Amino acid sequence: MANTRQGALRSVRLVAWAAIAVLVLAAGMHLLGEAQKAQQSGRALPGAATIGGPFELTRTDGTRFSSSALAGKPYAIFFGFTHCPDICPTTLLEMSNHLKELGDRADKLRVLFVSVDPERDTPEHLKRYLSAFDDRIIGLTGTTQEVAAIGKSYRVFFEKVPSKDGQDYTMNHTASVYLMDKAGSLVSTLSFQEPDEQRQKKIENLLDR
Amino acid sequence: MIRLDLHTTLALAALLAAALPLPASASEVRVGDLIVANAWTRVTPPGARVAGGFLTITNTGKAADRLVSGTSPIAGHVEIHEMTMDGGVMKMREVAGGLEIAPGATVELKPGSYHVMFMDLKSGPMEGKPVAGTLTFEKAGTTAITFEVAPLGAKSPAHGMN
Repeated sequence: MANTRQGALRSVRLVAWAAIAVLVLAAGMHLLGEAQKAQQSGRALPGAATIGGPFELTRTDGTRFSSSALAGKPYAIFFGFTHCPDICPTTLLEMSNHLKELGDRADKLRVLFVSVDPERDTPEHLKRYLSAFDDRIIGLTGTTQEVAAIGKSYRVFFEKVPSKDGQDYTMNHTASVYLMDKAGSLVSTLSFQEPDEQRQKKIENLLDR
Repeated sequence: MIRLDLHTTLALAALLAAALPLPASASEVRVGDLIVANAWTRVTPPGARVAGGFLTITNTGKAADRLVSGTSPIAGHVEIHEMTMDGGVMKMREVAGGLEIAPGATVELKPGSYHVMFMDLKSGPMEGKPVAGTLTFEKAGTTAITFEVAPLGAKSPAHGMN
């Protein structure tokens, strides 16, 4: 008897969880659809209000940087680390090229590169690394807690991947560049996989808002 | 006037080739049934500790082989890695057990995908200074290879090497 009741309870629970899964999936699909529509029209993304927020980090010259310095200015923000062989230097170079392409309009845009590997990316190291790119790119690092906090508010995923011998590690991380409007809302994202012209257009759209 | 007959010229050419510091032609190397071609890397930002190496491997044989390891004087150690994109997240992992090259297949190591990972960089690749290295395959054995150096952030080799 008891077993049957437990079995029935388990079935009910399973059905309930399945229903929740379907609902979450449906909500996700809906948001994605809305996000695509919003990207095309240039209005703020749904859920955009929940991405971003205040932060405090350290610049490559050792001074503190507060997100309040971004108030009223559109900005591009992306996350990476210097022990990164491919996507980070590529994105830094692309952003340098976009700034150059913008000409005088580049003054209106702030570009922020945030390290997700603060243990190895000291301000000095980051400064040296970034010297190969446009000097308008603001390099930021901080304590592990500060980086974790900005990662959380921008919904950025990152994790350490230890090497086989455990002596070294690399990192998995969100690679998109977030384009934020002057109100601090997410407007669009850039991917290194899309054509240069498309990225440039998205940046120009951001500045036109 | 010194006249060289054909044999002397060939012998001199062979001597010269043997004395050249580069281990092999940069564009194509044959090792066993494998052809390794178009090896390149790129300039890294100052202070970089890692760099990616790219190349194509064609297996002309009847059996699968695996790229299992490599070495280079510019790196403390070399691994074979794969980069993938998963919902906007860049993921990096070492290819466990080596990278398989099926019979008849050409595997491309390129940005955003498989690459040779130069780790613990002693000196970053510099433009105009090809990088020496070796690659070791499970069956075909070890071959010397030269990586041409493309500019910072290049998505393909500096000059068409095909």
